[in-house]
Amino acid sequence: MEAAFADATFPTVIEPDPPAPRQWSRGVPVDVTIEHVVKAFAETPALHDVSLKIEAGELVALLGPSGSGKTTLLRVLAGLEFPTSGRVLFGGEDALGLSVQERHIGFVFQSYALFKSMKVFDNIAFGLTARPARTRPSRAKIRDRVLELLDLVQLTGLENRYPTQLSGGQRQRVALARALAIEPRILLLDEPFGALDAKVRRDLRRWLREIHEQTGHTTVFVTHDQEEAVELADRIVVLNRGKIEQIGSPDEIYDRPASPFVASFIGESSALPVRIEDGRLFLDDRPIEIGATGKDGPRTLVFRPHDVELPGARPGGIAGRIIAERRHGASRRLDVEIGMRRHRIEIDVPANHPRSNKGDRVSVLPTRWWLFDA
Amino acid sequence: MYNDAIAPPLPMTLRPATTERRWVRWALIGVAVLFLLIFLLMPLVIVFFEAFSRGAGYFLESITEKDALAAIRLTLIVAAISVPANLVFGVAAAWAIAKFEFKGKSFLITLIDLPFSVSPVTSGLIYVLIFGAQGWLGPTLQEHGIQIIFAVPGIVLATIFVTFPFVARELIPIMQEQGTRDEEAALSLGASGWRTFFRVTLPNIKWALLYGVLLCNARAMGEFGAVSVVSGKIRGQTNTMPLHVEILYNEYLGVAAFAVASLLALLAMITLAAKTGLEWRYADEIAAQRKH
Ligand SMILES: Nc1ncnc2c1ncn2[C@@H]1O[C@H](COP(=O)(O)OP(=O)(O)OP(=O)(O)O)[C@@H](O)[C@H]1O
Ligand SMILES: [Mg+2]
Repeated sequence: MEAAFADATFPTVIEPDPPAPRQWSRGVPVDVTIEHVVKAFAETPALHDVSLKIEAGELVALLGPSGSGKTTLLRVLAGLEFPTSGRVLFGGEDALGLSVQERHIGFVFQSYALFKSMKVFDNIAFGLTARPARTRPSRAKIRDRVLELLDLVQLTGLENRYPTQLSGGQRQRVALARALAIEPRILLLDEPFGALDAKVRRDLRRWLREIHEQTGHTTVFVTHDQEEAVELADRIVVLNRGKIEQIGSPDEIYDRPASPFVASFIGESSALPVRIEDGRLFLDDRPIEIGATGKDGPRTLVFRPHDVELPGARPGGIAGRIIAERRHGASRRLDVEIGMRRHRIEIDVPANHPRSNKGDRVSVLPTRWWLFDA
Repeated sequence: MYNDAIAPPLPMTLRPATTERRWVRWALIGVAVLFLLIFLLMPLVIVFFEAFSRGAGYFLESITEKDALAAIRLTLIVAAISVPANLVFGVAAAWAIAKFEFKGKSFLITLIDLPFSVSPVTSGLIYVLIFGAQGWLGPTLQEHGIQIIFAVPGIVLATIFVTFPFVARELIPIMQEQGTRDEEAALSLGASGWRTFFRVTLPNIKWALLYGVLLCNARAMGEFGAVSVVSGKIRGQTNTMPLHVEILYNEYLGVAAFAVASLLALLAMITLAAKTGLEWRYADEIAAQRKH
């Protein structure tokens, strides 16, 4: 069905695509290609040159702080926003030429956007009854489909309620069922669990993963909760200020962050401004003996709180003073102030580590760390 | 035993800050009730009292007399045209203001309020200036045999102008509050623009819309100033009910005037009753819509 360009010498001048047959087979997941997408609102560009390829059936998390452009990227995919420049392809076909309706995208909004004047049943049936008469399923079929979806989202029996008579978690699931009803080729979820409490979030998270495994949609979900992204997604896209900082599997993002931002946003980390001189690493004028090498110049040293050891009197550690101590999960967390410029780092020590006092001196040696160009 | 003389005086702050002394409260309530009685209820009672002062027979005669019937018919025609027109304009204007961002938006909002701030007589005169025999378009229209001023079209135009804000003003705040999320959801589910409007937008605004239409209708039937300028007051032809009342009154047919006026008063009361009834009947649904 796709317009195939086997020609290796593809001209740089983009020819108008041949009229593509628009008979998308519903429900068959497609891959998504986003090429150099820029979206500029009045002054501030919300997306700068975003490029991304999402495989068919993949579950991808868009992770980033508030205002980083996550919603904007989803809206561009859904056709609710038109990019200032760049291309979006679904299954190799240009998607920007398609209207919102033609894209067959299931969109679950940050605030659910359920139709308040309709019962749960009619909310879920909306996308099916809205189809043109030619392709609209019969009433009985629609009914079967809605009941099946209610079963899938575990809301059987609630079809005659109005949205205001549901809890937040139930509304969330109705919104998902409504989006799934149209047999979307791509499922977009904007902070699907944003407004729910921690316990419900965890339940729904596991449940969404199961639904994804059953239905196999290409799914993009937005979150600013790193735990959610790490637990759910095949791949994570980290956005910051409209730019992609890193794309990778949860392990890659966690173990090989591409920037100090990623290291601090996914998992916890401390950063210190250091420099390499004559092949040795220095913080201010003290050497740090962690075996770092490289060209001379300023760097940022990043490590996680639990990836440290306390070398005691052995030289080469980062010397500092303890300024606070608190329980942190299974271990004890120390806030340490380093050097004249009072850099703060956080380190974890075993819970049975002897208690320390405020102002005690301590020497810290990262066992696992990253050096970034400053 | 406590001695009154030594007991410390109660500090003033024991009273909740927003509670007035009892006599102040009663005085305020009294003034408000008295005011309502004298300025609102009494005239209404007098209208009906006067209307029936010569008996039911005279009352019926006054409202079924030829010119009165013509006035009633014209009033109904004018309302039947201007209310649907303003329904459409009002929804369109509110939609544009609430759901799109564009330059000059605040100017447009001010413009919608214009009919409220201009004296109706002035609005009527503007139409005479534009469409009248000596007006800008008057000669051209006359050449084509179209009469607007001193005819039904002029009355309709003036009424539309005066009643324009009612529907739009009711809708703008509620549509602004609701935003475009629901519409976007409907579109992404494959619904066409029309279907989205009728199945999603309209149910979301139906109560506000109904209030707007009720108020718009009451004013369309009761408008005097602007209509009086453009109508020419030709008996049996361009007289609406309010104009007919004035003519009767000027001809010292006070009781007949009150009889027709009582119909207008009745309309006002029905409008209010309908509004209250709706609010009462659908309180839950309205509250639910405001809530989310
Ligand atoms: N319609 C708009 N007009 C102007 N600026 C906008 C518009 N929508 C978004 N922006 C801006 O674009 C940037 C990205 O917004 P976006 O909604 O994509 O952020 P987000 O990552 O979804 O944030 P959050 O986590 O808070 O939802 C923000 O700076 C925002 O102010
Ligand atoms: Mg957002």
